[in-house]
Amino acid sequence: MNIFVCVKQVPDTETKIVPTGDGTFIETASIKWIMNPYCEFAVEQALLVQAANAGSTVTVVRVGSSKDTEALRTAMAMGADDAFLVEAGDNLDSYMIAKALKGAIEKSGKTPDLILTGKQAIDDDCLQVPQILATMLNLPSVSVVVGYEGSATDITVKREVEGGALEVYGVKLPALIACNKGINTPRYASLPGIMKAKKKPLTTLALADVGVSDADKRVKYSGFTLPPEKPAGKKFDATDAAKMGAVVKEVVGLLRTEAKVL
Amino acid sequence: MAKILVFTELHGSHVKGVTLEILGKLAGHTVDVAAIGAIPSEAIADLAKFGAANVHSLKGANLDKYSPEGYANALKGFIAAGSYDYVFAGATSVGKDLLPRVATMFDAGMASEVTNFIMEGDKFAGTRPLFAGKCFAKVELLGPKPHFVTVRPNALGMNANPTAGQASAKDDAVDAGIIRAMIKEIVKGASEKLDLTEANIIISGGRAMKDAANFKILNEMADVIGATVGASRAAVDSGFAPHAMQVGQTGKTVAPSLYIACGISGAIQHLAGMRTSKVIVAINTDPDAPIFTKADYGIVGDLFTIVPIMTQEFKNLLGK
Repeated sequence: MNIFVCVKQVPDTETKIVPTGDGTFIETASIKWIMNPYCEFAVEQALLVQAANAGSTVTVVRVGSSKDTEALRTAMAMGADDAFLVEAGDNLDSYMIAKALKGAIEKSGKTPDLILTGKQAIDDDCLQVPQILATMLNLPSVSVVVGYEGSATDITVKREVEGGALEVYGVKLPALIACNKGINTPRYASLPGIMKAKKKPLTTLALADVGVSDADKRVKYSGFTLPPEKPAGKKFDATDAAKMGAVVKEVVGLLRTEAKVL
Repeated sequence: MAKILVFTELHGSHVKGVTLEILGKLAGHTVDVAAIGAIPSEAIADLAKFGAANVHSLKGANLDKYSPEGYANALKGFIAAGSYDYVFAGATSVGKDLLPRVATMFDAGMASEVTNFIMEGDKFAGTRPLFAGKCFAKVELLGPKPHFVTVRPNALGMNANPTAGQASAKDDAVDAGIIRAMIKEIVKGASEKLDLTEANIIISGGRAMKDAANFKILNEMADVIGATVGASRAAVDSGFAPHAMQVGQTGKTVAPSLYIACGISGAIQHLAGMRTSKVIVAINTDPDAPIFTKADYGIVGDLFTIVPIMTQEFKNLLGK
């Protein structure tokens, strides 16, 4: 099977976000970049499917800045065979990213049997790229997947919806599956894996090579700002058992009379 | 004047609340509403009250259950026939999955999960959180129409629509086309309550809950005040709660009216996921826990004694 994994590189979840002076994006100079956490599930799933289907290859594709190739190296250290990087800024919109991923997959010369992605990237939180890419490639796809089983031709996947309910889909491959936490437990890259990854092929492409230009821009962002800081709230000490009842009664009362949420 | 469609989902005999929030925000525009399936008369009355002009029940074969392809094909045909300029939907499981697919069928752009927007004449301008709410940005759409927008539930609030009148209801035949990914079965979730993303009140437990069984005290409080129970990443990673309950950057981003954090220290990625809650109550034994910097009402103390007392106070207050 030709298995593709699309990954994104995002600021670490502990990053303090600072908008740029002109408000067009965020300061990226001192950011620690990591593989988008949901993409780790996609890489792991690709390796599980590869292990179950002898002769399969796992190709990782990413669109973004070439300053740091952490996400692609991590994926190859985990076990992926090769990688494609489409060099671009880290603030492309979902449509451009999906179109670039499609172009890179086509450039690879391999026809995908399975494409795996994370369900969303935790930077722009759009949850669009998997569905756009599937639609552009005319592939069936299921998003927010927490369960995967099946063969090289037919799979059953579980999609998580409101309240933790699961929609169970039967899908014939080729297809695109967008992974959520719960589908598997991503492995850590081993030291030999990290060493080997340095020698694995990484092909770099330009946006123009994959047919993407500024005319593909669909979303314009501006005015990046931090959310207003809340004024300090009221703090009550309920460590003393004798006062606890009165404190709780007061807070509950305030929820109705002051906050008006009950 | 822009032609605007709001895609809605049925929830029993009503539509999802976010649809009414969107309609209220679009007061002054002529807005149509469409859903897959027969829209019940109660729902049509609700939609009319919030300003819907025409309500369309889209009907066709193979649309009894959600399927990404079937719904996308059906909606694409209806939108093209109606020459809509804008299509709005709630950022629900279906809305988030479906709208990017339909947008791409038109080579069009989409703004995900806006928390506010205005229509300046015929032009959409929205605001949306990025980095799980660590910052916000203005969002505009470029390129071919129609333009697509999903709106986060509970963000706009219910605004009456002063120009509301009668809505005319109509059935429209749509074609689901070829469906390759089809639902075989639906497994019910553990909770019959509103999803975290739609809940008006959320009570979340953190690592200090110690184990899964202790969530019982949160569930008891939730039953009294009609809340949905959530959890921090620490609680989920410790196996106290399923990932579906996780609030935060790698879980769900929520914006309820009231968020009660029990035994949650307030890691930056958790705060990002719940900081837009209107009122935050925090209960924690550590007076220096970061959660207190975001709390409107902080209670320093042991959740295992405070939560049951609070549940009783809620009962008293609500006469239950």
